[in-house]
Amino acid sequence: MIRIQEEDFDVGTEIALMTADKAMIGGIAAFIGLVRDMAPVEGTDKRINAMNLEHYPGMTEKKLCEIEAEANRRWPLDASLVIHRYGSLKPGDQIVLVTCASAHRQAAFEACQFLIDWLKTEAPFWKLEDTDDGTMWVETRDTDKAAAARWKK
Amino acid sequence: MKILYFAWIRQRIGLAVEELERPPDVTTVNELINWLIGQGEGYTQAFEKRDVIRVAVNQDYVSFDHPIADDDEIAFFPPVTGG
Repeated sequence: MIRIQEEDFDVGTEIALMTADKAMIGGIAAFIGLVRDMAPVEGTDKRINAMNLEHYPGMTEKKLCEIEAEANRRWPLDASLVIHRYGSLKPGDQIVLVTCASAHRQAAFEACQFLIDWLKTEAPFWKLEDTDDGTMWVETRDTDKAAAARWKK
Repeated sequence: MKILYFAWIRQRIGLAVEELERPPDVTTVNELINWLIGQGEGYTQAFEKRDVIRVAVNQDYVSFDHPIADDDEIAFFPPVTGG
């Protein structure tokens, strides 16, 4: 399941809902992304005061559904959930939850990593950071591209 | 055609969305960009670094030589930074 929302989420509640009545699940892997208070520009000490996350309604849902379907094709998952927030966020806030459940840990770990790696390079979100030096759009990191590329088939 | 702009492309053009009539000789994404650049300074600035821009037609990523049709939804945006 995928969800795009402005409001926060509770990880425990979401995992409990996702796994309810599914006794075949042997393990759950989860990634929770947070807003950092340091700009991701190496070698600077710029502080982030706030962040605004913009997205492309319609295409965001479409891409995330495709990515989730691909994860389910590659690994034997019993449940999966992606929640991504948009709008105004502060340092420490939760941005994204990716969680996968399977009979065994390897599928859950790998699918979770695949989902967050692909999401970062394919899902149409843009981060505008409000720093001490004014607002700036976050730039793509080469390490993110490399992380997604290792899952290419 | 419905054209959408996001992030700094939206800021430079000063619009999030617009409906445009396509001239008959504009048949690909690349030709659309060339035509848009002639529509004002904001467009010129928005498409200055064409090679970093990503484009989606009907909510799927496409390359710049992709054909476009009158009822397409075309979106221009910078590299994505979610997650």
